[in-house]
Formats: sequence, structure tokens, C-alpha cells
Amino acid sequence: MSEALLIDVHELSKSFNGKRAVNGLSLQVRRGEIFGFLGPNGSGKTTSIRMLCGLLTPDSGSGTCLDFDVLTQSREIKKQVGYMTQRFSFYEDLSIRENLDFVARMYGMANRRGVVEQAMTGLGLADRREQLAGTLSGGWKQRLALAACMLHQPRLLLLDEPTAGVDPKARRDFWDEIHRLAGQGIGVLVSTHYMDEAARCHRLGYIAYGDLLASGTPDELLAASRLVSFNVQGSDLALGERLKALPGVEQVVAMGHVYSVSGEDGERIRQSLSGIEGLRFEPAETGLEQVFIQLMERTPEKTR
Amino acid sequence: MKLPLSLHRLWAIVAKEFIQLRRDRITFAMMVGIPVMQLVLFGFAINTDPKHLPTVVLDADQSAYSRSFSAGLENSGYFHVLPYSGGIAQAEQDMAVGTIQFIVSIPADFSRRLTRGEKPAVLVEADASDPAATGNALAALANLNQTVLSHDLTGPLARLNGTPPPFKIRVQRNYNPEGITQYNIVPGLMGTILTMTMIMMTGMAVTRELERGTLENLLAMPVHPLEVMIGKIIPYIMVGYIQVVVILTAAYFLFHVPIAGSLPLLLACVLIFLAANLAVGMMFSTIAKSQLQAMQMTFFFFLPSMLLSGFMFPFRGMPEWAQVIGAGLPLTHFLRIVRGIMLKGNGWAETWPNVWPLLVFMAVVLTIGLKRYRRTLD
Repeated sequence: MSEALLIDVHELSKSFNGKRAVNGLSLQVRRGEIFGFLGPNGSGKTTSIRMLCGLLTPDSGSGTCLDFDVLTQSREIKKQVGYMTQRFSFYEDLSIRENLDFVARMYGMANRRGVVEQAMTGLGLADRREQLAGTLSGGWKQRLALAACMLHQPRLLLLDEPTAGVDPKARRDFWDEIHRLAGQGIGVLVSTHYMDEAARCHRLGYIAYGDLLASGTPDELLAASRLVSFNVQGSDLALGERLKALPGVEQVVAMGHVYSVSGEDGERIRQSLSGIEGLRFEPAETGLEQVFIQLMERTPEKTR
Repeated sequence: MKLPLSLHRLWAIVAKEFIQLRRDRITFAMMVGIPVMQLVLFGFAINTDPKHLPTVVLDADQSAYSRSFSAGLENSGYFHVLPYSGGIAQAEQDMAVGTIQFIVSIPADFSRRLTRGEKPAVLVEADASDPAATGNALAALANLNQTVLSHDLTGPLARLNGTPPPFKIRVQRNYNPEGITQYNIVPGLMGTILTMTMIMMTGMAVTRELERGTLENLLAMPVHPLEVMIGKIIPYIMVGYIQVVVILTAAYFLFHVPIAGSLPLLLACVLIFLAANLAVGMMFSTIAKSQLQAMQMTFFFFLPSMLLSGFMFPFRGMPEWAQVIGAGLPLTHFLRIVRGIMLKGNGWAETWPNVWPLLVFMAVVLTIGLKRYRRTLD
């Protein structure tokens, strides 16, 4: 079983100055699987990822990452994990080639020049090789970071909000690349705030205030939320406020002229909506966003 | 557990640091500029070997001997004997004002007592309020009584030549009884410049990674702390040697400081001193949270180094407790090493007593640095 599990950790906890950042995290990621890590800012995503790649030592808990103990064998783990930090953390005063060269040397790669050359060509960075990393745009920086953390052919990728501040086209290219890598058997743990990215993951985990509140495939999470949604259109300018007050309605999201209304009790919402003159409404698909808003609202911030 | 050090990772860091150093033109210019600037300031603006100092000779004897002595003073290059008609009171007044630096009093019975072999004394009063200004002149006086009269003392008086000299010179340092040894400044400057620049550069080398966020990436790689530390130290050792070459060249050709001892020995000691200072910088960088803090810590260390090492004040003149602190500073030992080799021509045996404290210091500091180095972000 552990053959296929790249990450298998149980009850990992971590506190900073008495503040619980991660509380009893259990997580499994398989070969070839893209696991999406979602949650509000400051919920413990980065801390969790850092514990997995040996940058932080868990206070308690146990488990393995690539069959190495997360508590004692972080050196071995580092050799086979590619970690992409939230903030660009390569050397801005080094060129693309020099950065990749540095990484290749650090991992002691045979045929360093070839590997670096291949990485630059593979990601379309070849004609920018001598450009200083600090002068690259956000999208190019992110490509460089990915190329650098893939250089030593890791078996597991840990990506911490890799696409923050990157344009849609670059994001799509990035995710195509992630899927290609997963297809080769690499496991990927990626944290994100984007729902379209969440939808492209094989499995998702939702973490808030240090607790992993839900995990499963996107479909499983949608089903578990039991949310029912409707698209509503009307002429009333203050419709949004009125809709929020209706019995059964839990979330109202304005999307242009259309309001997306959702709640757990579909029948009740339908009755409420029918009671208003001049409204047009039709059943709609519930999105992951609604699921996560629901999860977020269910967990009041603990006082600690 | 064996030390899992690897050369390729060490080299990765060395190469990276070199590239970054090359890109950071201002820092590099500063590293070369600081020694040049300091040397010019300390070396030229502060003349440590002033000559032709205004001197008054009050000759109550007026003999051939006393005139020979006056000429000898002039010929030494340090004294410029002024024509003078006033008395001792007037001369002392002039000295207080600062127009004359030396008063030489030759007693009336000088030639009579000299020929009788009674070894009369000549009194030299010096304005020693700035000891550096009179030090070399007074040093030149010391030999004068042996040689200045050798042409006059012929025939039966020839027996008075040689040791002990035919007459005594009594030196009275007015205003400041202490003197400072010369040739200190330039060799001493080498140590102070290296202390400041080396600690500052390495102190900022690791905190820069922390500030720019690149440390997170570095820590995520399988690299041993010692590889990072040594990898960051090596490029700065090279920079340190560039500074040493600049300083030594200037010292030798511009200021004519002799290099009496062995140059290879000096350069070997420089290596140890550089490494010790770089280790201090490394240790600071594991404590400092920003480059600014690293800079402040550098000055916190630099100031006592400058004051208590014997660079600014004579080491033996300091109180006991200050000497104890001074003995713990690498600069103190390095100054003794450099002055010993350059000025006294010391060899390995005389140098070693000041080398091992450097090695001990380095070992202690490196250990603290390694213990404090973050392996994780905890």
C-alpha cells in the first residue's frame, strides 16, 4: 500500500509561540495524483507544506513522505522533493541559466549542462537564458521556479500557491504541465485560491484554522455539501439583498445580471423564489466556490 | 554520523556567491575603495613621521662640540634648528604656543666636562602633546650622542668614542610623558580594514538570503550548513586577499613601511585572520534578522576591536580588564603578528604565540555559528 502513497502523514501538528497553526493534519497523496490544498489565508497551508518537505519540524504526529520519516529523515526527503515557494525564492541577481546551474550543482546532477539546457528548452526559456531572474515577469518567474524545482526529477512536487498573480493563459499552461507530470507518475500537492484550479485537481483537501475540514474528489465534496443552486434574474436593483433574506437561501452571488442562489434545502428555496413577482429562475450547477464558502462559514474562528 | 559534506554542493555555493559578488558592483567597489581611502586618509592626512621640526638650541657652551651637536641635530632630518636669541623662559612660552617643538639646552660647562670624560648631559624638552609627532625625532636622538662627535674627538680624546657615549641626552616629554610606537598605523590599518569589511560582508551574506526569501529555497535543498558557511566564506577570502595586496603595496611603495619578515608567513597569517573574521560575520548572520542588524552588530564588534586591540592606544597602557577583553579579540593578535613580521622581522616561532589564539577564536565562533544556523524555518 505504501508503494503508491507518496505522502502518508497522520496527526501532524505545529504551533508557533503557543498558536496552533496546524492541528492534527492527516493526508495521503498517491503517485500520479494532483491533490489540491484549499483554505483561507493563514489557515495553515504553507505550514503544512513546509512540514512535508522538512523545512519545519512537526511538534507531534507521524508519517512518511516518499517512504522517509517526516520527523527524522528530512534530508532524504529534500533530495527527492521539488518545492516551489509561495514567494519567488530564486536569486534575482542571477540569470536564468545561472539559477538553474546552481540548482543542478546543489543536487549533484550528472551532465549538468545538458540537464540545464533541456530544462530551458522544455519550458521555452532558452532564448532568455542570460536574462536576470529579477527582471522577469510574474509568469516567467513562475516558469523558472517550476523548471528549477523539477530539475532534479523529484518524485513529489509541493507547490505553494504557484499561480498567484499569473495571467490566465500562463496559468492554463502551468496546469497542463502539472497534468503532464502527474501522467508520468509524479505526485503533486498544490495549494491554491482559484476554484477553476481546484476543479482540475484529482482530489481536494480543505483546511481552515489549522484543521483539515473536508477531503475528497471535487464530485465527492459537491455531493457532501448537499448544496442546491439556482440562477435567478429579475429587474429589482436591490434584488441581491432581498434574496439573501429569503428562507432557505444560504449564499447569494451576483454574476453580472444573474444571481446564483444556493442552499441545502432546494425545495424551500424554490418555494421562496416562487413567492416573488417577476423573477425568472432555473436550477444550476453548484460550484466548488459555494462548497468552500459553506465550509468556511460553518467554522467560526476559534478564540485562541 | 559522518559529515555528509560534498564538494559539488560547496562549489555550487562558491560559484553562486562569486556571480552575485560580480553583479553587486557597488559592494565590490567599496571593498577595494575602503582600503585605498583609509590608507590615503590615515597615511597622508595623518603624517606619522613628520620631519624638520622647529627646534631651539640654547647653547650656553658655545664650543666646537656644542656646534657639532647642533649640526648633528639638523643633519638627522628631524630637527630644524632656528636662530634664536631669547632665554629659556621665552622658549618655553613659544613651546606652549606651539611654534617650536623642541628645546635643546646645552650647559655652560659642557665641553669642559666632556673632555674630562664626565659624560655631561644635554637636556631635550619635547612638546609631546601629540606623541606621534615627536616620537621619531626622539628615536633619532638616541643614537646621536654616539656618532655626532666622532670627528671632533680625535687624538687623546678618541678614547671617549663608542660605548658608553661621550655625553648623555636627557629627554623630557612635556605635556605627555607617554610615547606611541611608530609604524603602527599602516600595518594596523590592514587589520582594522579587514575586520570591518570581512565581518560586514559575510554578516550580510546570509541575512540577505533571509531578507530576499531565498533562504527558504536554500533550506529546501539537501545542503549541509557547513557547506553553506564555507561556500560563502571562500569568495570573501579572495576579496580579503585583494585588500591585503592593495594595502601591502601601498604600505611598501607609498609609505615605505619595511617588510622585514617573510611575506609568505605574513600571507599565511592573513588567511587565518580572514577566516576568523569571516566566521564572526557568519555567526552574526545567524543571529541578525535583517541586513541592517548585521551591519549594527558589525560595528558593535568593530568598535572594541579598534579601541582595545592596540590599534589606537598602546595595549600595555590599558587597564587590566580592558587588556583581558582585548586579548579575546582577533585583531589584537593580528596586529602583533603583522607588526612583528613587518617591522621586527619575526619568524614562525615568535609568531605562533599569537596564531593559536586566532585558531581557538575561530573554532569557537564557527561552532556557535553552526549551532545557530537554521536548518529549518522553525
